[in-house]
Amino acid sequence: MNRHRGIAATLSVLFMGLGQLYNRQIIKGLFLIAVKAAALFYFIPNLGKAIWGVVTLGENTQRLEVVGKLTVRVAGDHSIYLLISGLITIFALFVFLVIYIMNIRDAYRTGSQRDNGEMPATFRQSWAHMTDKKFPYLMLSIPVIGVLFFTIMPIIFMIMLAFTNYAAPNHIPPKSLVDWVGFDTFLNLLTLKTWSKTFFGVFTWTIIWAIIATVTTYFGGMLVALLVESKGIRFKKMWRTIFILPYAIPQLISLLVMRNLFNGQFGPINQYLSYFGLGKLPWLTDPFWAKVTVIMVNMWVGIPVSMVLIMGILTAIPRDMYEAADVDGATAFQKFRIITMPFILFSTAPILITQFAGNINNFNVIFLLTNGDPVKGDYQYAGSTDLLVTWLYKLTLNNSQFNMSAAIGIIIFIIVASLSIWSYRRTKSYKEEDMIQ
Amino acid sequence: MKMGRKSGTALRLTFSYIILILIAVCALYPAVWVLLSSLRPGTSLFSETLIPEKFTFVHYKELFTNQSFKYGVWYLNTLKIATLTMVFSTILVTLSMYALSRFRFRGRKSSLTLMLILGMFPGFMSMIAIFIVLLQLNLLDTHAALILVYSAGSVLGGFVVKGFYDTIPRSLDEAARIDGATHLQVFLKIMLPLSKPMLTYVALTTFTGAWVDFIFARLVLRSKENWTLAVGMWDLVNSYQNSNFTLFAAGAVLIAIPITLLFVFLQRFLVQGLTSGASKG
Repeated sequence: MNRHRGIAATLSVLFMGLGQLYNRQIIKGLFLIAVKAAALFYFIPNLGKAIWGVVTLGENTQRLEVVGKLTVRVAGDHSIYLLISGLITIFALFVFLVIYIMNIRDAYRTGSQRDNGEMPATFRQSWAHMTDKKFPYLMLSIPVIGVLFFTIMPIIFMIMLAFTNYAAPNHIPPKSLVDWVGFDTFLNLLTLKTWSKTFFGVFTWTIIWAIIATVTTYFGGMLVALLVESKGIRFKKMWRTIFILPYAIPQLISLLVMRNLFNGQFGPINQYLSYFGLGKLPWLTDPFWAKVTVIMVNMWVGIPVSMVLIMGILTAIPRDMYEAADVDGATAFQKFRIITMPFILFSTAPILITQFAGNINNFNVIFLLTNGDPVKGDYQYAGSTDLLVTWLYKLTLNNSQFNMSAAIGIIIFIIVASLSIWSYRRTKSYKEEDMIQ
Repeated sequence: MKMGRKSGTALRLTFSYIILILIAVCALYPAVWVLLSSLRPGTSLFSETLIPEKFTFVHYKELFTNQSFKYGVWYLNTLKIATLTMVFSTILVTLSMYALSRFRFRGRKSSLTLMLILGMFPGFMSMIAIFIVLLQLNLLDTHAALILVYSAGSVLGGFVVKGFYDTIPRSLDEAARIDGATHLQVFLKIMLPLSKPMLTYVALTTFTGAWVDFIFARLVLRSKENWTLAVGMWDLVNSYQNSNFTLFAAGAVLIAIPITLLFVFLQRFLVQGLTSGASKG
């Protein structure tokens, strides 16, 4: 009795779509056969080369060859193109295999329906089934493919780069080949004097920066929120709108403006300082003052966000808590310390960690304001205010140290990921996601 | 005793107002300064007074007439890219986050975790790879490339949207399902009207994201007439900072105005989006 499912599944294993044809699902079967034909057409010439490319990263360097009387330059293997096109092919193969497995399962399932004496679904019924029971998959298929090829594939590519020697001046295709080197890049970064000094210097400043930036914007925002919302202050809405303005101006613009504002020679800030008889300050050109400047500007950019968040939380504090405190004769400060403060801290703790992680990656403020400068002589391609991310950017775009920048990217990821996962697991939405409904 | 408390309150209030005004000055000063600089004759950064002695619109005119400086073209480019990105990302984000929030299917929890992890890689770590992919697809120096990459990346930032859909009671769509509506109908007829604040939030953030992004735009767009505003302005500041400051100021004002107005008018939605993201983590 159960021969249909066996035959259908076997046929589908042999060639995608045959099982469906056997089950008399003609449209579906023909469609799957077309997919398989296209896949074979693509994979047969490409798959072998893709795997060879990823494993060896190319074998022939560019060289000159004598053809008759002429010397011709023969193009060698381009390791990076080989790696990336190999990756794309492997990803496509993965997508194809998923479809293949689904095809076999589908043939098997339809076959067993027939074994039980049911009619196989018509194309229209299958379509209805798809949009009903499989609706989420249908909705997610396009974003998933986008993410696969524009996020996951590039990230895997970069992770792989960290284990190669792809860097100027000796290993830049097409002139020369790139090779796998294992953990050498990481070892160099941590132990080779020139690199490790820069790495630990930049790393320390990144952490200090992230802590100060998070704390200043958070407590600054809290202060502003409390001031605006405190009893007796009028025109609350006007104050709120004014204070939100820095957030509304695109960061790109406000930061470039700030860069002019703090200009050491002609900027208005120094102009005011000299009006008051004070000397001009090297806001952007002295290592210490540049750090002060980025932190101040970051406060200007970041306080509005914290303010908005904390204002939202302030309105959520139950009134009766304050009333009870009033009955007990608590002073304003006691009320703040015992009710307001714990309430805010409790509800914003996860955001605080996200903001900390965000500040580690705060590319805009540093890059647009100081460009990582002032230059530090004994640093490898980095300046005094460079964060790990801006250093990574410079290494990639200006200095072609691709393997180092990939290694730094991985290190940043490890820091940020461990912080975020730790905080995410503590949030309500993770723990009790299904309890809301 | 009563008098003491009253004057204490007055003192506190005066003190609060002084601080508020100080902060307000700090918050507004850069904006006011740029606006006034853009109206000042001459080109230099340095000026004796904050308020110019004479007002002029010549810099605004120059933005659109200067041959070597294609501000008008950039403005249109940016508008096109930002609008299309906004449309595509809003559709992608709402559809996928709705699916992730509403349905319980295999691989859901792991997709969520994967999204979270992918979001933690420094964004431009993947720059080089995307660059090469675009090169091979022949998409370098095109606007389509930017739109494609921005939209594909927007899904990863969708947690806020998912959090929002989580809060809409499920009984609503169950009732509609019982009445025979398909999933797509439930989404279009019931969920979409309810998610207007969220849609506004997503549309606004994706629009501004594309409007101001310069890291990626600078990598992809090579020829000057394809540039976006962000790339052009950055180039202007970097190459002639002091000699052309007032022109930069005028350009900056024109870039900032649409975004700032959108933000101020849609403040309510923005705050909702931010806070709902907050309480949901």
